[in-house]
Amino acid sequence: MADYWYFQPEFEERTLTFLSQRYEPEDTLVFTIKERDFIDSGNASSTIKNYLQKLGVKPEILRRVAIAAYEAEINVTAHTRGGKVKANIHKDFIHLMFSDKGSGIKDIEQSMSPGFSTADKVMQEMGFGAGLGLPNIKRNSDMLHIMSGENQPTCLEIIIYFGEKILPDHGRSK
Amino acid sequence: MNIPLIDFVNAINGKVLTQTTGLDQIMVTGGYVSDLLSDVMGNAREGQVWITIMRHLNVIAVASLVGLSAVVFARDMLPDQQIISKAEEENICLISSDLSAFRLAGKLYTLLEINN
Repeated sequence: MADYWYFQPEFEERTLTFLSQRYEPEDTLVFTIKERDFIDSGNASSTIKNYLQKLGVKPEILRRVAIAAYEAEINVTAHTRGGKVKANIHKDFIHLMFSDKGSGIKDIEQSMSPGFSTADKVMQEMGFGAGLGLPNIKRNSDMLHIMSGENQPTCLEIIIYFGEKILPDHGRSK
Repeated sequence: MNIPLIDFVNAINGKVLTQTTGLDQIMVTGGYVSDLLSDVMGNAREGQVWITIMRHLNVIAVASLVGLSAVVFARDMLPDQQIISKAEEENICLISSDLSAFRLAGKLYTLLEINN
C-alpha cells in the first residue's frame, strides 16, 4: 500500500490536529456508489452540496466541495468494483471519505499528473478520461489523502474548510 | 458584462428544449466550450453558458454542480427526453442550435462585447 498526502499549508496544523484526534462530526451522510452506474453517479455529490447549501455554506466553498466530491464519486463509479462515501460534517469543515473494493491505483504520483488517464473508450465517449479527476480534487481540497496499491482497495479522504463556523457550538444533531 | 439568455437564443436561432420560463431574466456572463466533463467542472463558472456536443446524463450533473444555467448543444445534437426531464428538475435550460460550437461561441462573444 502507498500513501499520498497533500495539505493546503494554511490549514496544515489544524488538519493534523484533527487527524490525530479524529473527533466526532456533527452530522454524517453515507451513500453507496455502484460500479459503472453512470446514471445515478453524481447523486451523492449533489445531495452533499445541497445539504451544505441549506446550512449556509458560501457558494465558492460549495463549488469546491461539489467538484472534489463529484470527481471522487465518478472515480469510484468508473474505476472500481463499487464503494461508498461517508460525509462527516463538522462545525467548520467537511471530511469526505471514499472507500471502494478495488482494484486500486498502481502509481498514485502518476495518477496525480494532469492528463494521465486509464479511462476506457466507453467512458471517453461520455466525456470522462481527461486525466483531470485527481488534479481537480487536489486543487479544490484543503487536505487530500489517498491510500491505495495495485489490486488493493482505495481510500480517499478530503477535507475542505468552510472559512467560518456554520454550526452552533452545541451542534445540530446533539 | 452580461446579457439575457433570450438574446443569445435569438442570435443562434436556438430551440429551447426544456420548459424554461423567464429567458429574459436569466443573465449570461460568459461561455465555456468543452466536451470534457472534468474540464468543465474545473473551469466553467456560474452564470456561463456551456456549449457542447456531449448529451449524456452526466452533462446535467456537471452543469448542476457548477451552477450553469444553460447548456447549448451544437450542430443540432439532441439529448433524450430523460435528459431533458432531468435538466428541468435541476432548473437548467437546454438549447439546441444547428451552428457549430465555434460559431456559437463567436455569436456569444460578439453579443457580450456589444453590451460591454
